Amino acid sequence: MHELGIVFYIIRDVKQAAAEHGVSKVSGVVMDIGEVSTIVPEYLTDCWRWAADKEELLKGSELKINIIPAVTYCDECKSEYETVRHGRKCPRCGSERTWLLRGNEVEIKSIEVPETY
Amino acid sequence: MDNIKVIEIKKSVFEDNEIDAENLRKELKAKGVYLLNLMSSPGAGKTTTLIRTINLIKDKLRVAVMEADIDSDVDAVKIKEATGIQSIQLHTGGMCHLDAEMTRQGIDNLDLAGVDLVILENVGNLVCPAEFDTGAARNAMILSVPEGDDKPLKYPLMFSVCDLVVINKIDVQPYFDFDIEKCKSYIKMRNPNAEVIPICAKTGQGVEALAEWLIRQVKLWKNQ
Repeated sequence: MHELGIVFYIIRDVKQAAAEHGVSKVSGVVMDIGEVSTIVPEYLTDCWRWAADKEELLKGSELKINIIPAVTYCDECKSEYETVRHGRKCPRCGSERTWLLRGNEVEIKSIEVPETY
Repeated sequence: MDNIKVIEIKKSVFEDNEIDAENLRKELKAKGVYLLNLMSSPGAGKTTTLIRTINLIKDKLRVAVMEADIDSDVDAVKIKEATGIQSIQLHTGGMCHLDAEMTRQGIDNLDLAGVDLVILENVGNLVCPAEFDTGAARNAMILSVPEGDDKPLKYPLMFSVCDLVVINKIDVQPYFDFDIEKCKSYIKMRNPNAEVIPICAKTGQGVEALAEWLIRQVKLWKNQ
């Protein structure tokens, strides 16, 4: 439900990066989205289509999403496991002294620019 | 077809907001204005709780309120009429949360002369507001009994960012399967340092404890 707000942040950052690099056209934006970041990728790309087409810089550009699988670390037995499959409890030792190692990212990885621009 | 050039960015979408929030926090600290970010689901009783609480503390602290909603100004008007304090409405223009920049715009519209405490009533939502630092000194949230005692398990981020969880509508507890002790243990799993205050905003039960928490917080923060 907050995907449109996130899209506005992405657009702001991409515009800034484009200005810094003297770029006037962007054809693609690559995102790293964590599996448990609460972002729904389909909503994000839908919102992107609507908002990006209103910007000359981004018209027709594609939002490409890499999903980063979520991994939790167990402090008790010092092991890693899949967060989505097992939740907060370590499947090896049953401890709840665990914390998210990765999977919460909402990051702009790179932007793609046609070479003639 | 054109060849594509790739420019590496590697930047969190939340980074700019975190910088804005940190700056706002520093400025408010310098001005001696404590900002509390109050969050909850729609209908948990934020406005009613605020009215009760403000009426208990307004002789001790100078309070102002910023009401954030997608539309309408019913809450800001209600607060002003029921408490007589300065209260303004912020519209998020369809957005489901407030960020630090929107909070700053609200702050700029307040008369801060002599104000000790500004309470920001965030948009009713347990997901998005938790992700965006508003620049507040502390975060608090209200969970109401009809929502269920399992909410800390379902919305972990919200409970992990809050320093205070108010459990509201405890008068209807007998009609719902709501176990306060269980709820407290779920909250502690997410955030061992969170304080929990059960209240009923409608009858006023427990609201004094909330008022005392606020007064204590502002005093501690001012002396930091």
